[in-house]
Amino acid sequence: MLTIATGNKAVAAAVKAAKPGVVAAYPITPQTEIVEQIAEYVTDGDLESQYIPVESEHSAMAACIGASAGGVRTFTATSSHGLLYMHEMVHWAAGARLPIVMANVNRALGPGWNTWAEHSDAFSQRDTGWLQVFVGTVQEAYDATLMAFKIAEDERVLLPVMVNLDGFALSHIMQALETVDLGDFLPPYHLPHAIDTENPCVYGPMTGPADYFRFRWDIERSMRDARGVIAEVEREFAERFGRSYGPTEDYRCEDADVVVIAMGTLGKEAEVAVDRLRDEGIKAGSMRLRWFRPFPDLDLAGREVVVIDRDYSFGFGGVVAHSIRSKTGVVPYSVIAGLGGQEVTYNDIADFVRNRHPGTETWFGVSDHV
Amino acid sequence: MYEIRIHSRGGQGGVTAAKLLALAAFRDGKYATACPFYGAERRGAPVVSFVRIDDEPIKIYSQIHEPDLVIVLDTSIMDVVDVLQGLKSGGTVLLNSAHPLLGCNGTCRHVDLTGIALAENLVVAGSPILNTPVLGALAKMGVVTFPSAEKAIREMFADERNVKAAKAAYEELKA
Repeated sequence: MLTIATGNKAVAAAVKAAKPGVVAAYPITPQTEIVEQIAEYVTDGDLESQYIPVESEHSAMAACIGASAGGVRTFTATSSHGLLYMHEMVHWAAGARLPIVMANVNRALGPGWNTWAEHSDAFSQRDTGWLQVFVGTVQEAYDATLMAFKIAEDERVLLPVMVNLDGFALSHIMQALETVDLGDFLPPYHLPHAIDTENPCVYGPMTGPADYFRFRWDIERSMRDARGVIAEVEREFAERFGRSYGPTEDYRCEDADVVVIAMGTLGKEAEVAVDRLRDEGIKAGSMRLRWFRPFPDLDLAGREVVVIDRDYSFGFGGVVAHSIRSKTGVVPYSVIAGLGGQEVTYNDIADFVRNRHPGTETWFGVSDHV
Repeated sequence: MYEIRIHSRGGQGGVTAAKLLALAAFRDGKYATACPFYGAERRGAPVVSFVRIDDEPIKIYSQIHEPDLVIVLDTSIMDVVDVLQGLKSGGTVLLNSAHPLLGCNGTCRHVDLTGIALAENLVVAGSPILNTPVLGALAKMGVVTFPSAEKAIREMFADERNVKAAKAAYEELKA
């Protein structure tokens, strides 16, 4: 069905289609609309699911962990401080190999108190063992949420997936949305190590160094395998529903001398900047980074690169810029922009390209080429 | 691309007006995005919402700095906000007013949306509903077609008085 919807409503619609047995969540701006809508689906009988209105995000993730291990598909959603509050359980979900899907509506971290878009909340969970995908349109929020369940629950992965969408900039805007009839795209939930009351065993016991170390390697091995699983699922999704996705969305990159790398809505807006730059004779392209964990292999050889980070690792640099640098060897021009919802237009992005100084960092509107 | 900025006060329905307009444009077969600008606003504070309409998919998420059309749902805002800021040369202004209040370098239109809402008794929590009648005025101006405006209103609201108010605004829009 074709309609228009907000990014939040698109996520909720995907969750309805995926039919999780348990949804446990706590509302927080700008995510609230997702869990409100899901609660409404459950109340109206459109989604047969146990909706658990918990007293905190820590409990939300704990409830998802219990339900997921108990053998049902689970979903939760949060933002910003809510995600930080559940941090301990975020690690646990991955370590326990539970394919929980969580939408994270990217929002800045206080103080100062700020409810607008930033990616620092997601990156604060970077090393937890969750897969992380960042979306750039309302349609993609829907599609990526559907695919997240299939990827997470694949036995070669069995790791939780975080679907990230920009707070307000995507969560609250309305765009076209085509919902699909899932058919058998999503197989029934099957967790090989689900709790079995006929065969009681211990979960989460003390684990010695040797076994613990193997468990950690197993997470990484699955992360590496996840690249192939993601590609398979995205290919199948394209064949069934006609919309294709990859680790990056490349726009006019084939012959580009300079490539802009950004995530989320800034990555879409960068395509408009590329068109403007091309009109001026600058051979620019845009590469919107979708998957952040597992981090994709990128081919940037022979190109200049401008990376826009909507995040920062204090005392180090832009998280994406340094990831690109360490993974590809390319020394990018690093632009820090859009923190706390700072307005960044396609004209600004075109300026970043025109004024690029590879090897330096600029805080947009504050400090140049430092 | 046609870019619209809507000025209102928190609680007057400017955000819903943006969503309705985007939905109507979508029903016309166009691409449309509604981007409310969420600040730290409270009920009564000046707010803005944005709508973009195009024949191509829209990739812009930033605010609209040079609108083709400015809609002012509450003209008392004009004391504190420069509603004409960035208006494209030859652009259009639509005021919720019984009288022309403003000169601009393009076209100025006005219609008494508040009076129309009150006549239909479209009042929620003491405030007249402006977001459905304004769609009628926009249809008259050719921003969307009237059948699509009607469809959008019915998709979002069950109360037929909203459609009647939109029809009244369509009829009463002044040059």
